[in-house]
Amino acid sequence: MRIGIDIGSTTIKCIVYDNNLNIIHSSYERHYSHIQEKLIKVLKDIKNTCYVDDAYLAISGSAGMGLATDLGIEFVQEVYATRVAVNKYIPGTDCVIELGGEDAKILFLSDGLEVRMNGSCAGGTGAFIDQMSTLLNVSIDDLNAVAKEHEKVYNIASRCGVFAKTDIQPLLNQGAKKQDIAASIFKAVVNQTIGGLAQGREIKGKVVYLGGPLTFLSELKASFDESLKVDGVTPDHSLYFVCFGAALVASENITLDDLIERITNYVPKEEYSYSLPLFKDEKELQEFRNRHNKAIVETIDFSNSKAPYYLGIDSGSTTLKVCLIDDNDKIVYSSYCSNKGNPVDLLKGFLLEIYALDENIDIKGAVSTGYGEELIKQAFNLDDGLVETMAHFQAGKKFNPDVDFIIDIGGQDIKCFKIEHGVITNIFLNEACSSGCGSFLQTFASALGYDVAEFSKIGLLAPKPVDLGSRCTVFMNSSVKQAQKDGATIDNISAGLSISVVKNALYKVIRTTNKDSLGNNIIVQGGTFYNEAVLRAFERELGKNVIRPNISGIMGAYGAALYAKSLNLEKSQILNKEQIEHFEKTTTQTKCGLCGNHCTLTINIFNGKNRFISGNRCEKPTTKKKVDSSLNIYEYIRNKLMSYKPVEGKRGTVGIPLVLNMYELYPFWHTLFTKLGFKVINSGFSTTNTYTKGQNTIPSDTVCFPAKLVHGHIDKLIEEGVETIFYPASSYNLDEHISDNHYNCPIVAYYPEQIHNNVKKTTNINYLYDYISLSDRDFFKKRIVGILKKINKDLNKKEINIAVDEAYLELENYYADIKEHGQEIIKKARESGKDIFVSCGRPYHVDPLICHEIDKLINGYDKAVINELCLSYLRDKEQRKVLNQWTYHARMYNAARYVCDYDDMNIVQLVSFGCGLDAITTDEIKEILELKNKIYTQIKIDEITNMGAVRIRLRSLFKALERIRKYGK
Amino acid sequence: MENNYPVFTKEMVKDYTILIPSMLDTHMILFSRVLQNCGYKCKVLDNFDGVCEVGLRYVHNDTCYPATLVIGQFIDALNKMKDTSKVALILTQTGGGCRASNYIHLLRKALIKANYGHVPVISLSMQGLEKSGFKITFSMVQKLAAALLYGDLIMYLHNKTRSSEVHKGETKQLVNRLCQELADKLEHGFGITKRNLRKNFKYIIDEFSKIELDGIPKIKVGIVGEIYVKYASLGNNNLEEFLVSQGAEVNVPGLLGFMDYNFYVNLFDKELYGGSKLKNLIFKWLIKFVDKREAIMIDELKKSKFEPMNPFSHTVNLNEGILSHGVKMGEGFLLTAEMVELIQEGYENIVCAQPFGCLPNHICGKGVMKNIKEHYPNSNIVAIDYDPSATKVNQENRIKLMLAIAKENLNAKNK
Repeated sequence: MRIGIDIGSTTIKCIVYDNNLNIIHSSYERHYSHIQEKLIKVLKDIKNTCYVDDAYLAISGSAGMGLATDLGIEFVQEVYATRVAVNKYIPGTDCVIELGGEDAKILFLSDGLEVRMNGSCAGGTGAFIDQMSTLLNVSIDDLNAVAKEHEKVYNIASRCGVFAKTDIQPLLNQGAKKQDIAASIFKAVVNQTIGGLAQGREIKGKVVYLGGPLTFLSELKASFDESLKVDGVTPDHSLYFVCFGAALVASENITLDDLIERITNYVPKEEYSYSLPLFKDEKELQEFRNRHNKAIVETIDFSNSKAPYYLGIDSGSTTLKVCLIDDNDKIVYSSYCSNKGNPVDLLKGFLLEIYALDENIDIKGAVSTGYGEELIKQAFNLDDGLVETMAHFQAGKKFNPDVDFIIDIGGQDIKCFKIEHGVITNIFLNEACSSGCGSFLQTFASALGYDVAEFSKIGLLAPKPVDLGSRCTVFMNSSVKQAQKDGATIDNISAGLSISVVKNALYKVIRTTNKDSLGNNIIVQGGTFYNEAVLRAFERELGKNVIRPNISGIMGAYGAALYAKSLNLEKSQILNKEQIEHFEKTTTQTKCGLCGNHCTLTINIFNGKNRFISGNRCEKPTTKKKVDSSLNIYEYIRNKLMSYKPVEGKRGTVGIPLVLNMYELYPFWHTLFTKLGFKVINSGFSTTNTYTKGQNTIPSDTVCFPAKLVHGHIDKLIEEGVETIFYPASSYNLDEHISDNHYNCPIVAYYPEQIHNNVKKTTNINYLYDYISLSDRDFFKKRIVGILKKINKDLNKKEINIAVDEAYLELENYYADIKEHGQEIIKKARESGKDIFVSCGRPYHVDPLICHEIDKLINGYDKAVINELCLSYLRDKEQRKVLNQWTYHARMYNAARYVCDYDDMNIVQLVSFGCGLDAITTDEIKEILELKNKIYTQIKIDEITNMGAVRIRLRSLFKALERIRKYGK
Repeated sequence: MENNYPVFTKEMVKDYTILIPSMLDTHMILFSRVLQNCGYKCKVLDNFDGVCEVGLRYVHNDTCYPATLVIGQFIDALNKMKDTSKVALILTQTGGGCRASNYIHLLRKALIKANYGHVPVISLSMQGLEKSGFKITFSMVQKLAAALLYGDLIMYLHNKTRSSEVHKGETKQLVNRLCQELADKLEHGFGITKRNLRKNFKYIIDEFSKIELDGIPKIKVGIVGEIYVKYASLGNNNLEEFLVSQGAEVNVPGLLGFMDYNFYVNLFDKELYGGSKLKNLIFKWLIKFVDKREAIMIDELKKSKFEPMNPFSHTVNLNEGILSHGVKMGEGFLLTAEMVELIQEGYENIVCAQPFGCLPNHICGKGVMKNIKEHYPNSNIVAIDYDPSATKVNQENRIKLMLAIAKENLNAKNK
């Protein structure tokens, strides 16, 4: 007899072989982290159904490792187990793709064994699909069923569940079809698996799919087949391959009774590190409750209220909040619920409830706020929309006129605002990460088999809350796993999670190092603070008491209602009862033709009249306003770069990828090669297609997006038949004499090497990635000769020297031209009284795909946009507190210093996710600006960026600047 | 903007204690005793628990893990001291285009935030020193070089014997004893000359030779990576210990290579970007200086039952065909060269350790694996990322996979 047990992150699986290796028993169930109990049950079942006393037994699976080690039972690594089983059951297999609860693996069996498993990122696994189905509010089976009927597939970030959420939420809010979203989720998993794990190795031949998601979800399998262009096999017992392997490898005979006893007596070592309990006892808890019960806005019955009324609606990312106040600011009607992916229909119901109070209710103002602000406003013909930050501030003032800090933790976002002298002076949003939000707790609660309210309650009196630190939700999964392994009980895990939510908010989003700097009159709000454990942890971490309004969940809506009141309207234009009863919504899709982007627009038409357009990257299709793009330096640079056209030459063609530093050095190389008689072509600006093309050769999935794009650009050039690609490496950049050294960042410096090592196609062409720097012209002239001769032996030194001088001249002219144009923009903006925004980043941020055209977005709000290059030369070198040794980064410091001297200039720093150097520059730039009382704004961008959040951020910034201008600092 | 950081002055030398962050246990103790010999009071830090939390509080979350740990360890140590008025910190800096060269600045920023703005920081850098009372003399360099070689040799032999020792714990005991003995010698200024180096190398090797080994073939695992997480148990969750506990024989390429690499980088830089001839000569001389001493160590090993390591002059070119010598940020081409060396020496199984999001390692670590695999189909490399919340379970699980395949390969070989 042989027994294999696979204890995964969410399930426990087991098979029993008889002596002839026939399967005589199998079981599969979720363990909800009660691993010990479940394991005993599994073993007892085996004993009773198979009449076994002893067997060769081994344990496998990520959650089984600790247990097996402690109990002295043989442990077989699960990927290895899979391999053993596949070799036995499906010989001839070339490749195995296995998805589990939190793991994703690819095994290459033929042509050199290789095994890949997901590292620190759990995106694209079962847990991710679970999260997504929760988000869509459908069961996993339904998700599969609806995906079958999809018509189109959206591009959803495949790297991380958290990112995917930020993509899906706006889609939902904008009314995209569930069918399409479901299919897009599956495609995201496929992309993640292929892009993240295959790392350049082609998946082909006989492909086998294993694991829960691929067994149960036919559409996921279909999606894999489609992308890989294979017809993969899902074998019988596809869930049990790890068990098979473990059973086959098992080399120790074990008596089951003995084992059961050992497990029963096993007391996990309580070795995890823990924090202080949230509350010592019931009494402390009661005092805490009493204190917080004081911060209230009264809710009164309609019959006692005083007309007129004001309506506020906060359509958040996952929730919908409605609040109706009377003339005394008391709440007459309110509602807080999950938006179920369809806020419009829900709200219709709520409005009807309000009209049920009184059909002719005198509403004198109705305002929406939140992610769905525009959608709701259009759908129900509201009077106005308000940036959510301002809505919360309005409401906060009601509770404490001196409020100086508001932190709102909602379903998916953390928002914090610092308020000084009645002006929002700083805004923190979690841009790329939703760790530490409501949905985070919810996901864990349901994974462990609890309802979220119940789950957080059990943590209140936990004696030893697990110390889970602060970081990404995905990492948190494994931290929790580890804690369970170390014997942490559910109550301690619950308390620990609540504490980590707070730590994330404080140390990751706000990044406070000095708790007092937050302020003294702090208001906490958002649904997550209904959770007493989180609230307590927050006070504990700050060391001071805060105010949690009793309407903490609907503060946005309440603020919007107050704002509606301040509008002083005669009557609200909101749809009346009859109109709502006959409310109609039609959704169509179309391609925008207003510019070259051709965004896919989703157009919602309400009652045949109001339109809401989504999917747009700029404001053009919604406002139809003509934007003065001459005030946008990014646009100017893009046009300028494209003006370097290929010129037919006698010496053949050279291809240059338009990537990383090439966005700035292209004029140089283009001139050099053109003068020498080469036709120079570049790879053009990036498109989504560029990325997808190169995705499968990216070896490191945590590198920044601009670097990932290089693979696609090279691929494009090769596809166009270029025989020579020139992409030089260099540790050094140009020396602009404003820094201590003039380095490139490691990625810009050496990415040409990455291409050499990972893009196999480059071996078939003349791929030149020599090291050469432009910083020393004389040395450059010496060195370039040898390099160029690799392309054409006939080139002589003299002509090269001439061409080099011309190239240097062209580069100088190019810089001078940009700078001059920058000055023109500044002048023009000042003449027409327009604000100037310095969109601070790197040369590659002009790429429309990399910067998500944030430049156009800002420009679209009638602002002028320049970049760091336009200003950096206007300031001398100055000693910095950090090592100032990278050319591009030094420009940003100088630009920030310049901006400090002008009231009409502000900085928006673009930070590409994964940029290690910006961890340094962001702090430094912030310090430079804040020293002079300027607002620092950072926008993190990645493969996919939540443009909704970017808009909120920018609009809040504009509003804050407006107020500063009006009332002073 | 003026930077008014407190400077470690001549006057402080006498009664200030210099705190040294932990990394390589033996090396650090030896280095600290060399400094004692040179007139400085030092202490190698041994606080580990809670260090990361402290670091996270004072360093940008996205900064690399080693910065978080090193700065966390300093501040945690200061927090635990009653009096911080006579304390200084020392930090080694390799410089270069990697963001790691910013550690010292991040440390200073963090000290101010934590109200330790008065504590002076000594920067020990190859790119030239900040002016301070801490003087690097030729004699100090000589002594540090000796300490480094002793440290490397002990680490090398420790790894050769620990997983095969018949009497459990014997190796560890020996390491501790040798470390003490050599530390005492160094503190009194002995063991520096080439003659004494040879004598002490022989002594160390002889002592290790006395350890009884079981002679059972082991899975051979090499460790490479970003310098801090490669060496520091605090950074890599006791990686060496874990591998040994799984029955592997470990090989961690020595610190000498890293130092030599930093010299060579200057030669390659001149080749690629030009530069001064004098600087070039100095580095050539330094390389020679180190080579001569390394040669003595290798020579003594050749006379023993232990396989000697390769001279660095051999290792330095092993990256060719995969990664150019131009990659000089972080561990650069050294990392690739070490992987190739390990594979050629029979350590086909490799853990490549780096902090999560380590910039150079995208290229010189993860980036070269595909190509190495093509050159050496039997290689079995696993990349492990370390960061404040990457969990041990995940890391160990991945390492176990590498070990399972290693074991299978070993069994196939022995058949």
